[in-house]
Amino acid sequence: MFRRTALAALATVAALTMAGCGDDSPAASSSPSSSSSSSSSTPAVSGTIAVFAAASLTGTFTQLGKDFEAANPGTKVTFNFAGSSALAKQINEGAPADVFASAAPKNMDDVKDKGTPTNFVSNTLEIAVPKGNPGKITGLKDFADKSKKIALCAVQVPCGAAADKVFKATGITPQPDSLEQDVKAALTKVGLGEVDAALVYKTDVLSAKDKVEGIEFPEASKAVNEYPIATLTKAPNAAGAQAFVDYVLSDKGKAVLSTAGFSAP
Amino acid sequence: MLLLPALIGLAFLLVPLIGLLAKAPWSTLPAKLHSADVWQALRLSLVCATSATALCLVLGVPLAWLLARGGLPGRSLIRAFVTVPLVLPPVVGGVALLLVLGRRGLVGQYLDSWFGISLPFTTAGVIVAEAFVAMPFLVISVEGALRAADPRYEEAAATLGAGRWTTFRRVTLPSIAPGIVAGTVLCWARALGEFGATITFAGNFPGRTTTMPLAVYLALETDPDVAVVLSLVLLLVSVVVLASLRERWISGLQ
Amino acid sequence: MTLYADLQVTRGSFALSVDLTVEPGEVVALLGPNGAGKTTALRAIAGLLALDGGRIALDTSVWDEPPRIFRTPDRRPIGVVFQDYLLFNHLSCLENVAFGLRARGVEKQTARAEAARWLETVGLSEYARTRPRALSGGQAQRVALARALATDPELLLLDEPLAALDASTTLHVRAELGQHLRRFEGRTLLVTHDPLDAMVLADRLVIIENGQVVQEGKPTEVAHRPRTNYVAQLVGLNLYRGTAAGTTVTLADNATITLAEPATGPVHVAFPPTAVSLYTTAPSGSPRNTWPAVVTGIEQHAHTVRVRLNASPTGPADLLADITPAAVADLHLTPGQTLQTTLKATEVHTYPV
Repeated sequence: MFRRTALAALATVAALTMAGCGDDSPAASSSPSSSSSSSSSTPAVSGTIAVFAAASLTGTFTQLGKDFEAANPGTKVTFNFAGSSALAKQINEGAPADVFASAAPKNMDDVKDKGTPTNFVSNTLEIAVPKGNPGKITGLKDFADKSKKIALCAVQVPCGAAADKVFKATGITPQPDSLEQDVKAALTKVGLGEVDAALVYKTDVLSAKDKVEGIEFPEASKAVNEYPIATLTKAPNAAGAQAFVDYVLSDKGKAVLSTAGFSAP
Repeated sequence: MLLLPALIGLAFLLVPLIGLLAKAPWSTLPAKLHSADVWQALRLSLVCATSATALCLVLGVPLAWLLARGGLPGRSLIRAFVTVPLVLPPVVGGVALLLVLGRRGLVGQYLDSWFGISLPFTTAGVIVAEAFVAMPFLVISVEGALRAADPRYEEAAATLGAGRWTTFRRVTLPSIAPGIVAGTVLCWARALGEFGATITFAGNFPGRTTTMPLAVYLALETDPDVAVVLSLVLLLVSVVVLASLRERWISGLQ
Repeated sequence: MTLYADLQVTRGSFALSVDLTVEPGEVVALLGPNGAGKTTALRAIAGLLALDGGRIALDTSVWDEPPRIFRTPDRRPIGVVFQDYLLFNHLSCLENVAFGLRARGVEKQTARAEAARWLETVGLSEYARTRPRALSGGQAQRVALARALATDPELLLLDEPLAALDASTTLHVRAELGQHLRRFEGRTLLVTHDPLDAMVLADRLVIIENGQVVQEGKPTEVAHRPRTNYVAQLVGLNLYRGTAAGTTVTLADNATITLAEPATGPVHVAFPPTAVSLYTTAPSGSPRNTWPAVVTGIEQHAHTVRVRLNASPTGPADLLADITPAAVADLHLTPGQTLQTTLKATEVHTYPV
């Protein structure tokens, strides 16, 4: 009953509900098969765990994978990092995945056979400018300035949807020169100085901190992006999947994620 | 002996196309096509691919000539460099173009400060990116044709009083015309389908730099049906253009 | 206005060093075996190859004089007929012939009219619109000749112009080419390895071997007085070098040949293979040159049989004799057989080395 609600509910509702759950007892959200194995004995986890994770998680999840392998000898975590929508599609087409970590609740909703998703982090937008801020960007209103070179994510991808939400909420009409296919592409253009500013996630700014600077803006709170994670029903390694999800939700996992700029959900 | 692998080869190339056709949302297709964005992207694709091909012809044919006839030292090394865009992931090619022609690029900064020319995020930028990726196809085809052509015909022209340019125009070019046609077709097709370098170097903005492949990619994020429809349109147009042009060019040579 | 060419070209171990002159209206044939440097010489004169040394000049106008002067082919008043003609297959015959005129800046209509006139001269008017690949070998050669002559060159260069033709058409095409060359007022240099082409078409022969001129002169002169074994073979003569004293010539290997006319000093000795007769037993009486010889080879020619013999130590080590097929039967001729050979002294020519 509870699970069905979560699946059917709007993403935001789901996020709020799950946030509470995930915090105190992560095991409660697991599917029946994986909960039995994880409750029976903790160190029984072994084998390869295939994690499909949003591209924006590349740095943190690689780190978490190593930590997890160290904590659970005999396990091997393999990653497939790509855009969340592409990953959702691959999973639905039968790709052998154990865990899916999406950068947007919508893509998680698209996946059919899965355990109950838990929102494990959130990410807020930040203005990324090249080192030294040559375009003299001060805030979100500069995005409406035609003389500035501006890159946004295309609305079809999560960072673009979030940016769109912010602009709609603030009534600013942006004048972008390019609508990038993903956040890394937008960041590349900032890093090379091709644009004066782009709207990207805080974590992205942090990951490229030697090339770009971040400018926080108050309107960012209008579009907080939640990241859900879930085990998959058809997971080849169900026990491993659950253990990895638990690890991501643990304090150790949270520490790694917050260092990278992610906020608590 | 050859027929079976040939048929498997053909099937291998055609099956994905059949997949696209099978998955196409035929019932809603007219509605999905009835969007100004589609035609805008298609028009832009055709304009850019054709311009890029023209640019490749102007620069690539002389380059092929230099490689085949120039007697350059280190020719095989130069030829290897010509094929770099074939090997380079197109996205990397796009970044490389930004590093050179971008606003802060090696050359681009002077283009910007002296002439006020900035290529990224412009239609010209799309053409540059497509030409970069597609040029090797032309150069390699034309060079192959030049190397197969007998250079003694050029000597014969010279003894008849023809200078280098006249010889090239009236003897060399006609003799390698089939190679140029083949190279042009490959070049155009490659430019038409170009994605990575274009989106990296020229960005994505409807009407200015959003070509069909970019539109397809972004449609895939939200509505895969639209992506299929767009792909089919691109496919249909390119097949029609290539089939008709090729027929005309080749018959024109006889 | 004489064409003067002192050609010095080095290619690896091969060195070409040839002096040539061609007068207006004269046809000079450059004759030599394969690899002698004939084509290299032609390419150098055409400007398809730069000289390493020497000079090419037409009167006072210098074409090539390394290291300072080099005129590219398009800036030399030449016409070239290549061995396989090299007609442009994407152009009609008329356009092929007009090509040189167009390239030299003649207006299109004028060039076409002139080209049409040339096609008429070579008897191919009805082929004006034909593509060259549809022509026979002889026709293609005539188009190539028309194309080369259309620009009214000072120098016409012909590279083995008959080599690509089959034997049945060669005779006719050669005769026709001869007529055109006689009419041509400029200079002609013909490169060939075929002595017959050279003898029939040329006013003067220049024979080169290994990049050097070995003999030069009028065809009859060369034919009667060859100076190298190659030339002797070309003209079908036995040729030896020796020292004459009275009516006896002593060859290098101490063999002797008796002459009808006395001579002195170093001489060439030449006689036709028909002057040599073969017998199973030594004939009694008159012939002064009688040598036992071993048959080393037998070749069937059109109406005669050529027998190669070794007459050493008394006679020449390499001797050719032409005999009739009937004589072959009479002699039961087989290689390795020993025969008696005689040579008529009256048919032996000597001339100073």
